[in-house]
Amino acid sequence: MNTIQKLNEPVSDELALVRAAKNGDIGAFEELVKRYDRNVFRIAQHITQNREDAEDVVQDAFLKAYGNLTQFQEQSKFYTWLVRIAVNEALMKLRRRRPERMISLDEDVKTEEDSIPREVADWSPNPEQQYNQSELKQILSKTINGLPPSFRTVFVLRDVEGLSTEETAEALNLSIPAVKSRLLRARLQLRERLTKYFKRRDNGDGNK
Amino acid sequence: MNCSDFLKELTDYLDGVIDADTKAELDEHLAWCHNCFVICNTTKQTIEIYRDSELYELPDDLRSRLRSAIVQKCQKQKAEAHPEPEAKNTKA
Repeated sequence: MNTIQKLNEPVSDELALVRAAKNGDIGAFEELVKRYDRNVFRIAQHITQNREDAEDVVQDAFLKAYGNLTQFQEQSKFYTWLVRIAVNEALMKLRRRRPERMISLDEDVKTEEDSIPREVADWSPNPEQQYNQSELKQILSKTINGLPPSFRTVFVLRDVEGLSTEETAEALNLSIPAVKSRLLRARLQLRERLTKYFKRRDNGDGNK
Repeated sequence: MNCSDFLKELTDYLDGVIDADTKAELDEHLAWCHNCFVICNTTKQTIEIYRDSELYELPDDLRSRLRSAIVQKCQKQKAEAHPEPEAKNTKA
């Protein structure tokens, strides 16, 4: 085995698994599942906002990936390709649950105004410590669920899952400027909404 | 640079993907504009809180249940795609 190549090329380990899986090695594919199932579940739950749907998305996305492995172009990362499949599966679930609303990642939601900061109060030093773990999770989940799906998805891929702007653009089939614009607006809207919970309260009336 | 110019650059500024000249201008703006300073800080905290939140973690039992279901279905898919095992190559 060529260990030197492995050190220089961290992706090659993943690529080796993908190639083995393409040749029918289910154990290698299971390794890829172990590597990314948590990420796919988080992304799916963020998009669908529903636990059962997220479970289905994990299964469907991996099965679709397995069934289409031969179509995977090795110049991009397997993970980015998998995320693309998972996002599509999750959006389909969301559309099925909310057929009355057209849900698309292409929509450039007209919420420019929502992104203009209104609340500029500083936060308390350790904002998350004002709440217990489950209260905090509830606040965070309620707040992010209030974003349009196209903003939510970009924020999750970039800021929660740590994909680069380019990878996010590839996974969502969006241009880089579109990813950047949605990310800025998502971040600002979340900040605005969280300020309600986390702003410094030690000055009596809060506002200076 | 005014506040709306600052906001336009905020994402690249927070991600550290900005050229040195623009960064210097943004830093200068932050030095005197309290509102942008607060917005910048609280946006950074917003990202960190979500990143560290472990909001939707996959519980271990569900994880192994999903994994065995996936593996089982992959095996089924494989068996359907290749019904003849390769070992039958021996022509006696």
